[in-house]
Amino acid sequence: MTASRGITLSLLLSVAASIGLVVIYLVNGGPQVEAIFLALALGGFGTAIIIWAVALLDAPTESEARHSLASSAEARAAADEALAPQQISRRRFLIRLLAGAGAALAAALVLPAFSLGPTPGQDLFRTAWRKGRRVVDGDGHPVRPGDLPLNSVRTVFPEGFVGRPDSQTLLIKVRPADLKLPDGRNAWAPEGALAYSKVCTHAGCPVGLYRAKQHQLLCPCHQSTFDVLDGATVVFGPAARPLPQLPMEVDADGYLVALGDFPQPIGPGFWDMTQAQPSEKV
Amino acid sequence: MLTWIDDRLGTASWARTGLRKIFPDHWSFLLGEVALFCLVVLVATGVYLTLFYVPDGTEVTYAGPWAPLQGQQVSAAFNSVLRLSFEVRAGLVMRQIHHWAALIFVAAIAIHVMRVFFTGAFRKPRELNWLVGIGLLTMALAMGITGYSLPDDLISGTGLRIIYSVVISIPFVGPYLGFLLFGGEFPTKEIISRLFVFHVMLLPALLIGGVLTHLAILWIQKHTQYRISGATEHNVVGKSFWPSQVFKSTGLAILTAAVLALMGGLVQINPVWSYGPFDATTVSAPAQPDWYVGWLEGSLRLFPPVEITIFGVTIPSPFIPGVLIPGLLFTVLALWPFLEARVTGDRMEHNLLDRPYEHPMRTSLGVAGLLIFIVYTIGGGNDVISLVLGVPVETMTNILRVAIFAVPILGFVISYRICVELRDRGGGVMHRGPGIRLRRNAQGGFEEVDGEP
Repeated sequence: MTASRGITLSLLLSVAASIGLVVIYLVNGGPQVEAIFLALALGGFGTAIIIWAVALLDAPTESEARHSLASSAEARAAADEALAPQQISRRRFLIRLLAGAGAALAAALVLPAFSLGPTPGQDLFRTAWRKGRRVVDGDGHPVRPGDLPLNSVRTVFPEGFVGRPDSQTLLIKVRPADLKLPDGRNAWAPEGALAYSKVCTHAGCPVGLYRAKQHQLLCPCHQSTFDVLDGATVVFGPAARPLPQLPMEVDADGYLVALGDFPQPIGPGFWDMTQAQPSEKV
Repeated sequence: MLTWIDDRLGTASWARTGLRKIFPDHWSFLLGEVALFCLVVLVATGVYLTLFYVPDGTEVTYAGPWAPLQGQQVSAAFNSVLRLSFEVRAGLVMRQIHHWAALIFVAAIAIHVMRVFFTGAFRKPRELNWLVGIGLLTMALAMGITGYSLPDDLISGTGLRIIYSVVISIPFVGPYLGFLLFGGEFPTKEIISRLFVFHVMLLPALLIGGVLTHLAILWIQKHTQYRISGATEHNVVGKSFWPSQVFKSTGLAILTAAVLALMGGLVQINPVWSYGPFDATTVSAPAQPDWYVGWLEGSLRLFPPVEITIFGVTIPSPFIPGVLIPGLLFTVLALWPFLEARVTGDRMEHNLLDRPYEHPMRTSLGVAGLLIFIVYTIGGGNDVISLVLGVPVETMTNILRVAIFAVPILGFVISYRICVELRDRGGGVMHRGPGIRLRRNAQGGFEEVDGEP
């Protein structure tokens, strides 16, 4: 087959596919057929040009000299002279003042960027949990510890704040006798119902997996694993801090309520997270 | 017509030299071109997507044809991506071509960077263009990450979540920076429209400006070449720009687009409707980012649980693997031409390319760097791999924690040995000069015969 026949056939294929593409679009043929016709239209066109280049434009190999990229010494000197004539280079003081004024102007012009967001303030230290706020499920129903099946896990929120990301909490029911919580925290788990922040202390993903047999919470993002019975201490993965535990008790109607906010900041770390925020503690 | 233009712009004399400019002919010089053509496809499909996409985080009720999500609260952004995918004719194919083109774009850049690195093309006078190139790679990654997040689906939202956590982990400035970028504590409604501004305006302007700079510098400095016969430090041997190179490149561009079109139509990618809309309290597992982000994910996954507090200042656990290590690797990559020149003391101009074995130290350090990237990328998929292999994910992670040191060191030693051996042998066949074939004749002398030696 001669090159010109190859080019002709490729271009005819391309034309046919282009017409086909129009038809496919008009009858709404779906992405697969659209793509096949588009690929044929482009492919025929591209092939024709490649054949043309290889077979009909077999240019000879040529050589071209490289010239030095650097300018001559005279040119450099002349450029220096043109760049900094006496009228400019003599005015040392004015040049410095000019640079200073430019810097001041730039600093002033940067300020509007601070409108982009609030200062963090207490936001990273606090959630919506407060003393006396009921624990409710995703539908807003309050929860009795006795109604929870053993080894069950569900996502709960403070009443009135369903779906609030920083307050998402995992409520897990275990046998009270199995608990190995740090001193004073057994009372936070009435009837073996205990609650941990669902925001991973590594990179903030929702700690979405529960291995009921081992009583381990697993973050699917980076596989940080937390021991539920032992105060959500880290047993594996890149997280370095336990999930904060929500202090809870049972109110007069038998429903779970918070005793206060989480005792530590929830979620991923930040530089001043250990600096006391006394007014906000439980 | 041409006379009319030349009268006004003087184009003829410029065209005479420009069109006859010589470009060396080698397949490895096409890698950067493939990246450029992907960018063209990205701009074309991207403009189309922009006409339908709604950069808005406000919640709306989904009422489109995709039954599983009907009646659910989704963001207006997610809603528009679903409309684009199911209701706009040719919308899905455009979206998928755009996504595939983005993946191939970054891949082509990465392989192009490797070609430049291993052949020493970054040496004087091309250090500047190396820096521009690394800037372009960074911009391409930023384009990928911002674009990936725009559909506001569950997986991309989780990715943003991790990015936010890495940002606030920066000591002293992190929380402020995170709140400025995201408009408050994660998740915020503002982030989608901000990412959009970056993805369709600021970054493309920088990227396209950078590409033009890259090409202008290439044009001024002329292309490097391999040591083919006739090639010296002071010439360029190849074919003239017009017509042969222009035809070949145009053909390659159109064929690149054809392959991307085929992938975009036949290979499903990022089916956001099956991931569902973003919800900060749910997560899907296992979730995988686009390939070029996997190494960062792996760095986060493999790092040991360390969070130190000194004088009340905490270094949060994502800071070292998420900011420091990638920052260090990128800095070394960007400054490589200067570091190498300082160590070797070689400040000569180089227009002829090396074979990788001729520089065992550079090549094996490059191999080690590549292996760090590969082991980290595997680490980013450790959950998927452990699922496939049936190994506990903890075992997998611990193996990779050793591998991230062992594999690059081993790779360094092995490639160093191979390079030295090849170099001592005087190189492979590529380097040998043409010889002649002799035959002993009846008189006891030698005569030359035709054929390869």
